Amino acid sequence: MEWLERNVPKMVLAPSFVAIMIFVYGFIAWTAWISFTKSRLMPKYDLDGIGQYERLFAAPRWDVAMNNLFIFGGLFIVISMAIGLALAIFLDQKIRAEGVLRTIYLYPMALSLIVTGTAWKWILNPGLGIQETVRGWGFESFTFDWIIRPDMAIYVIVLAAVWQASGFVMALFLAGLRSVDGEIIRAAQVDGIPTHRIYSAIIIPTMAPIFLSAFIVLAHLAIKAFDLVIALTGGGPGYATDLPATYMYAMAFSRGDLGQAASSAMIMMMVIFAIVVPYLYSELRPRHDK
Amino acid sequence: MTSKTMLRAGLYLILILFALFYLMPLFVMLTTSLKSLEEIRTGSLLALPRDITFAPWVEAWSTACAGTQCEGLRPFFWNSVLMAVPAVMISTVVGALNGYVFAQWRFRGANLFFAMILFGCFIPFQVVLLPMAQMLGLMGLAGSIPGLIFVHVIYGLGFTTLFFRNYYVTIPQELVRAAKVDGAGFFRIFWSIFLPISLPIITVSVIWQFTQIWNDFLFGVSFSGAGSQPVTVALNNIVNSTTGVKAYNVDMAAAIIAALPTLLVYVVAGKYFIRGLTAGSVKG
Amino acid sequence: MPILEIDHLQKSYGETHILHDINISIEEGDFLVLVGPSGCGKSTLLNCIAGLEPISGGNVSIAGRNVTGVSPKDRDIAMVFQSYALYPTMSVAKNITFGMKVRGVDKATQDKKLAQVASQLQIEPLLHRKPGQLSGGQRQRVAMGRALVRDPKLFLFDEPLSNLDAKLRVSMRTEIKKLHQDLNASIVYVTHDQIEAMTLATKIVVMKGGVIQQIGTPAEIYNRPANMFVADFMGSPAMNLIPAKVRAEGGQTRIQIERPGDAPLVITDPVARNLPADIILGVRPEDIHEATGNAHLPGTAEGAGGDVMIDIVEPAGADTFAVTQLGGKAVTARLRAESAVKARQPFPLAFDLSKVSYFSPSDGERLN
Repeated sequence: MEWLERNVPKMVLAPSFVAIMIFVYGFIAWTAWISFTKSRLMPKYDLDGIGQYERLFAAPRWDVAMNNLFIFGGLFIVISMAIGLALAIFLDQKIRAEGVLRTIYLYPMALSLIVTGTAWKWILNPGLGIQETVRGWGFESFTFDWIIRPDMAIYVIVLAAVWQASGFVMALFLAGLRSVDGEIIRAAQVDGIPTHRIYSAIIIPTMAPIFLSAFIVLAHLAIKAFDLVIALTGGGPGYATDLPATYMYAMAFSRGDLGQAASSAMIMMMVIFAIVVPYLYSELRPRHDK
Repeated sequence: MTSKTMLRAGLYLILILFALFYLMPLFVMLTTSLKSLEEIRTGSLLALPRDITFAPWVEAWSTACAGTQCEGLRPFFWNSVLMAVPAVMISTVVGALNGYVFAQWRFRGANLFFAMILFGCFIPFQVVLLPMAQMLGLMGLAGSIPGLIFVHVIYGLGFTTLFFRNYYVTIPQELVRAAKVDGAGFFRIFWSIFLPISLPIITVSVIWQFTQIWNDFLFGVSFSGAGSQPVTVALNNIVNSTTGVKAYNVDMAAAIIAALPTLLVYVVAGKYFIRGLTAGSVKG
Repeated sequence: MPILEIDHLQKSYGETHILHDINISIEEGDFLVLVGPSGCGKSTLLNCIAGLEPISGGNVSIAGRNVTGVSPKDRDIAMVFQSYALYPTMSVAKNITFGMKVRGVDKATQDKKLAQVASQLQIEPLLHRKPGQLSGGQRQRVAMGRALVRDPKLFLFDEPLSNLDAKLRVSMRTEIKKLHQDLNASIVYVTHDQIEAMTLATKIVVMKGGVIQQIGTPAEIYNRPANMFVADFMGSPAMNLIPAKVRAEGGQTRIQIERPGDAPLVITDPVARNLPADIILGVRPEDIHEATGNAHLPGTAEGAGGDVMIDIVEPAGADTFAVTQLGGKAVTARLRAESAVKARQPFPLAFDLSKVSYFSPSDGERLN
């Protein structure tokens, strides 16, 4: 009875523990193992060195996917942060109807990326979309056909992703701005420091942790981005907008190449870990359960 | 006009332009969905519909073709409901109990396990896609709604646990100690003391999980069968189905239908939605 | 039969020892105060008594029953917490009766006990409020009510007054003392406030670094501190601890203290003592007096004092504190309010040598 009482908490956690061990860590191990085998349509378990990774890095399509990840990830993160920060600072100026504006800026985050992709695909289609509309206004030579141009289509993905996530970054930054100690700001005002200097010299530096969080979330979204590409371009034209996530999916479910799927998934995980592990470590270490 | 009021005017102008940028796709979706195909071809993308028609909505809901199946979104919408409701409930209940243990009943190794769970929140799901497909096959859940529920519960646990843990950790441990001296046990304390104060965090967890699961596409497209596809997968199939004339108005109506539940949640409980987003992303 | 007996109790987390070989025994009706600076292990010890923390060695007995390993609810104890730990969603009445409800006490008895305790603590008007609607002092009463209905063998208080403001703290202190006398309850009480310890306790345990420094009545602790830590910790202003040199001279003890800008001060203890050459002289501020020509003070018959230069004078209403420099330390004397002492002027002071303590400079232990 006493033993039971003492161990109830452990027993409550046990099922989750087992589930996480199998379905997260066990599965990662399984995928890692497969990535070192010659598995094709069916999994094989004989280890075969790093052949899959050599194939992966030799594949032009993977090359495109990784390039796209850096272009997409870089632009998406930088633009979303810039817009998010600007909107947050603007909204922080005692704006009337702040609540309404905030609601409008943030609602895309509630949508499925498939919905976002569907909407932007329609808006950006050159035949009937925004290009045609602007031409209808009299700008006959206006061209905005990025979605069908292999060299530009990736920027369309950036556009839709920024539309979806920048409001969320705004919300993060706004919360950060509001949490800055009012006394510091009042002290600065008393000292006669102009508003833009108060922001650049006092408020924004104290928000470093929020920049970090926003970066982590956006990076994480960028690497996982899959739905948006599928809905917006399907990875096309050709495989011009492939990302590692779509590459992995194509290998796993359409090409029947488990080895390639597994090794590309492992690379994705390593990219995420390179970003997230230091972050989690710093978040978990020094703080004592606030 | 003084420079100060000009500055204010400029500020409002920028804010309103951004609002238009965010609203434009929704506006286009809505107007397009109410136009006939004829009007879409001849008119402007941004124009309001001349003759409002609800036919695209009816078609999207009940007759549009997703792949070979031409029953509209309706069956898939219900698939999503059948998948999301149990998955949200189970993952929230388990997350609440887990969070309660992590926050108030620590034991040796609990912190390590919590870090492992947290870590699981961040893995790219691609890395579990292949083995999960195999595992669902072994368990006889492949291509079924229970299979999807299972997957969403497993990979939602990290976040729900995190929510509840971070909420309960702000409650002084003396409360549990007082209740122990009063003679209450693990479940009694949870039920009488912690559950009654948990409504805000339950709301956050339910909204977060519902949004995640409803909007999921990757698990849906990877693990569902013909009869168990969730609404996001069906929407993508309708939009990309190559047969017949491209019915943009139907696509847009379908997109709005698929987005409606989560939009509704956002409008009704936006505060909790934002709390979920920030809690889920910021604090470890 | 002791109401609480702690026998060779040990507590450690892995390699870190929190409590070392704790032995305490108290009788029914005792008010035991565990006092010490934060981190000394006093709260951990209380939690070990309550059974909220497992112990690593030794035994705990309550009312003659060995309760080591018994869960808190079966130890016949009640506890009041620092944060009060009131259940936030329950009304005051529900908070007080929750324990009885869990134990399956019938409703009529619950109501009877609730009414009794509510009137005792004068909280009847609050019974239907939620803890969030109460002031700090009211919460404190409710927390005590929750303990009182239990009618336990032993009450445990964990710094119950530390969240109250200074004035309320004093009045609640009086009330707790009254409650103890009225109920003849046995209490273990943790505090870091030495005044609380002195005023409430029938028995004090002074702790530091998980080790008991001294156990005794308030008078014993105050007058005969077992070591320099206790001497310094108990009493305000603290006991003066003055480095001095000692030599025996014809059945007497001569104590020599450095004095800036003057020859060393030599005072004579008429008793022969077995002391090492270097000692720390411990003397409470109230045991340093204005030396009048014909000294009546015990031990001051023959030049137990002398003129010292006064640095600072602090009038404090009832007393005047005078600070001087002796043996390289600031030494405070508590003088009468009307004393003519002036800063930056010499003033004659004398030590009451019947009340001083001698400590060893090497280990801080008491020598007399």
